[in-house]
Amino acid sequence: MADLVLLLVLFVCGLGVRGTGPATSAPAQTDFDDQLEEELLITPLSPGDIAATFQFRSRWDWEMQQQRVSHYRLFPKVLGQVISKFSVRELHLSFTQGFWRSRAWGQPFLGAPAGAELWVWFQDSVTDVDKAWKELSNILSGIFCASLNFIDSTNTVTPTASFKPVGLANGTEHRLLRYAILPREIVCTENLTPWKKLLPCGSKAGLASLLKAERLFHSSYHSQAVHIRPICRDDECLRFSWELRQTLTVVFDVFSGGQGKRDWSLFKMFSRTVTEACPLALKSNIYVDITSLDQNKELFEITPASVYQYSTVFQGDQKTYGVYDLLNPQLFNTSRSLNIILKWKQPHQNIKPRPPILHAERYVSGYGLQTGEINTVIYNTHPKRAFPVMLVETVPWYLRLYIHTLTITTKGKDNKPSYILYKPAKDRQHPHLLEMLIQLPASSATKITIQFERALLKWTEYPPDPNHGFYVSPSVLSALVPSTVQEQHDDMEDSPLFTTLFPSSDGSSYFVRLYTEPLLVNLPTPDFSMPYNVICLTCTVVAVGYGSFYNLLTRTFQVVEESATSGLVKHLANVIRKLRGVPAL
Amino acid sequence: MAASAGAETSRGKCAAHAIAVIAIVVGLPLWWKTTETYRASLPYSSINELDSLSLLLTVPVEIVFAKGVLSVEQLRKMPSSDVLDRSSKLNLAKTTYLRRYEIKYRRATPQEEEALGGPSLQGCDEALYQLDRGTQGSLTVYVIPESSALLPQGIGVSIGKHRTAVMESQHLPSLRVEAVLGVVNKKVEQIVQVMSFNDDVIMAALSDRIPVGQFTKDAYADSRRAFKSSPGYEITFSLLNPDPKSHDVHWNIQGAVDGYVQPFLDKLAPVANVSVDSQILYYAVLGVTPRFDKASSSYILNAYSLPHVINPIEARLGSSAASLYPVLNFLLYVPEYSHSPLYIKNHDGSSVVTNAFHSPRWGGIMVYNVDYSEEQERVLPVRVDIDMVKVMEVFLTQLRLLFGISKVLTPADFHMESPGDEGLSDWELDRLLWTRTVENIATVTTTLTSLAQLLDQIGNIVINDSVASEVYRAVAAVQVAVSHLESGMLEFAFQASKEAITSSEKAFFDPSLLHLLYFPDDQKFAIYIPLFLPMAVPILLSLLKTAKEYKQRRKEATKED
Repeated sequence: MADLVLLLVLFVCGLGVRGTGPATSAPAQTDFDDQLEEELLITPLSPGDIAATFQFRSRWDWEMQQQRVSHYRLFPKVLGQVISKFSVRELHLSFTQGFWRSRAWGQPFLGAPAGAELWVWFQDSVTDVDKAWKELSNILSGIFCASLNFIDSTNTVTPTASFKPVGLANGTEHRLLRYAILPREIVCTENLTPWKKLLPCGSKAGLASLLKAERLFHSSYHSQAVHIRPICRDDECLRFSWELRQTLTVVFDVFSGGQGKRDWSLFKMFSRTVTEACPLALKSNIYVDITSLDQNKELFEITPASVYQYSTVFQGDQKTYGVYDLLNPQLFNTSRSLNIILKWKQPHQNIKPRPPILHAERYVSGYGLQTGEINTVIYNTHPKRAFPVMLVETVPWYLRLYIHTLTITTKGKDNKPSYILYKPAKDRQHPHLLEMLIQLPASSATKITIQFERALLKWTEYPPDPNHGFYVSPSVLSALVPSTVQEQHDDMEDSPLFTTLFPSSDGSSYFVRLYTEPLLVNLPTPDFSMPYNVICLTCTVVAVGYGSFYNLLTRTFQVVEESATSGLVKHLANVIRKLRGVPAL
Repeated sequence: MAASAGAETSRGKCAAHAIAVIAIVVGLPLWWKTTETYRASLPYSSINELDSLSLLLTVPVEIVFAKGVLSVEQLRKMPSSDVLDRSSKLNLAKTTYLRRYEIKYRRATPQEEEALGGPSLQGCDEALYQLDRGTQGSLTVYVIPESSALLPQGIGVSIGKHRTAVMESQHLPSLRVEAVLGVVNKKVEQIVQVMSFNDDVIMAALSDRIPVGQFTKDAYADSRRAFKSSPGYEITFSLLNPDPKSHDVHWNIQGAVDGYVQPFLDKLAPVANVSVDSQILYYAVLGVTPRFDKASSSYILNAYSLPHVINPIEARLGSSAASLYPVLNFLLYVPEYSHSPLYIKNHDGSSVVTNAFHSPRWGGIMVYNVDYSEEQERVLPVRVDIDMVKVMEVFLTQLRLLFGISKVLTPADFHMESPGDEGLSDWELDRLLWTRTVENIATVTTTLTSLAQLLDQIGNIVINDSVASEVYRAVAAVQVAVSHLESGMLEFAFQASKEAITSSEKAFFDPSLLHLLYFPDDQKFAIYIPLFLPMAVPILLSLLKTAKEYKQRRKEATKED
């Protein structure tokens, strides 16, 4: 038990410390108390796909408590107001359309689940966290035109070991954390526009001018996020600054879009080219991942050639990037705009990409509408090293988990989790929360299964189109993945932005947060005209019963004398009797 | 046989009657009770009374006679108090209001004499303020002799920064007391109309209840320009820099807010709590392209195109996440390098001196032209340090207008003390409180009457206890406000009216009112038809039959007779 706790503490601390990483001194280049950096990273993925990751980072030296009047320059006013009104310490919000196929594409720079995800750390001055959370999600849903107002207690959880603060934090009291995923959320232009409006240069200048909605949503994967966290203002770290990171990742399928050619260019991807840097930005760079160029020199060529190259160890691999500094006026000397073009010299070869060290998949099995089984398979492809992974499952209450059926098997053997937390669901109030710390042996696949029963909902609780199915939010894997190459430490302020959100605490491992697929589960759905039918049927039954009862009570039964019948009836009866061959009356 | 058959028939009849009675006495009320919506009772009669509003606004006025104004004989005969009632031009069916001045006459105390004897008006004003700070809504008018050197030549009345005014007397000692009072009261009434309220202002405040067209034009414009009364406001200063490549704009907004806006807002604190913030927006352009004027080699924005300026900018301003209070926007626009200098032209073609304009109930925009003359060689971006004094002068004037503190038209011989650092004198605040109180009362009454009407019309709306209690609270508060106005206690009246407005808005916008949306009765009955029809038909038939038999028996009885 003791070493279990120790392991857990180590794990937690490891995550807690990493936040302080990027907080090194910024060069005092302006007399403003805020600064902006922008960056675009282009990474070719498995043949045919290409990922572009935009990052915009605003830093603001502002102590929230001291000033009543707030004056905003680069930091968007609306988010500043949200921070100060709700006493937010850290806020992470992402909207994603599509699924990051980590098996084919490798580790994402910043994982995000399909749909909307929001997690917030409040300051310890907040007394009623649930109320603040509710109001905050409503405000954010207004700001980003999203359905975040559907976040309520039935899909909110408070994980205890995962989702530690990414930024500067002295306390990790998990009562201040709230986490929710809305897998049903559909992301489109109306979410992108308010996101772009938060940028100081809007979409008028700089890298953001590439963000054209019709291209961005014509893609395999689109994810946009907002991360707010406090970071150290300088090396001493006596005061903190606020950091706002806006990231946008998009994956284009160039192969199918370009008549079978894998060549790409900025114009082909975004139907725009870069003409200038945002004049407010301190740094404005485009990085192109040219790692594979080193190994076989003749594979492709990039025009214009980058001025200099940057090598670093990122996510456990040695990477080389070609760097284009947009603030360098020479870049725009020859032509007024920058259009980076990549041309393959050799025809397409089908190389199977090496799967990342940690990846996972999830599916539902079973048949019928009564029970089912959730299966999660986690792979560790590292040849030698084992590492622990923290798994968070959030399952809605209408799937009743049988926790006794939870089995974790690795290589045919039972794998006992070193930490397990299970909060059972309460109907219409809380979802199930299952947190486990699982040790993954080297080159192994670990299968986690748990059975569930489908609950019957009240007829008003069904969403529109209930036969579409009910989403179960993806499970979240957090791990410190051992690196294959030893990482060296750079000055954080100078290194590219994409390396600094989750910097590694030491060189031997790096932090990964991975989301599995969301699940779609069918629940037994009733016929929705049922209530009316029930009312009508009941009424009819009651009326029929009442009618016979009434008759029985009020009618008088008498022997009818012959003379009483009229001539016509008698005549008719005689005709029938005649037909039957019975003597007439 | 016949007897038993008769008994059987009567038993059947009895059973039918019993069933009919049970269905009507037990079944119907049970059904009614179980399907009805909960509706808490509301004070409909009090709300109806509020619908016809009659206001009595009482201003306590103290008239103090300095030594030498009146003779001893006159002072002896002088009554200690007087009440003047003035009815207004406004006489609508449902809204009436009456001005009442409760005047107290007294002699000046030695300290006051000393203060009035001072050499300068400002010193006198301050000294009198130290002696008596006055309560909100009350006024003190000092009458000084003609011989006094306090007032300059040609000035008959001086209105101070606080709640006092000094007036000069004219040939009073020779007159009879009634005549003296007549002269003094006439002048005092003029002063009070300036310092507290006049008919036009009250009319504008009651605009919610008055059909358009019954206003004087000025009062109407004022009432449309000023923000509606609200317990709080947010002020946002936005610096628009459409061309960050050419202009590196700096503004010391923190200093400007602390120096100019905050004193004004502190003074305004009794009326509303106001929060201030600012932002800088880049690449925010006007919606119209300015026209180049060759003669002055400048760009021109015509007055008629100004309405098109705001909309595209408004999209960038962003809404406030922090509160639901109305937002006052003040925009400082630094035109692009290629459109500088930019001037706003009036309808008549003259250029606007301040280069600014305001939009009613929205805010103000000022165009700030960059002065390039100092720069020897133009290296872009040009550093621009904004002269905040110039900007804040304009914005403060607009702020006063938007809060409904308008310039008062005064007779020629009136002199007004400048309001000083706060930008707002005490009596101006009182004036605002008068109008806001009346406006609040008018709003509450219309809100409550329309709510009552709505709830009365749609019988399906659920009325919760919380809504009902808010309505009761609003009604009580508005009655308190009206009675406080009658007794001249402005401060309490305003507080009560504020409470009333919060409660009434809370009741009106309560989400529980929308829970059961309109569910038509015909559909409800359609659902119940399978039960009602088979049940009702035999009961009705048996009742009809009984009635027929009864009638027949009575006929037979009369025939036998």
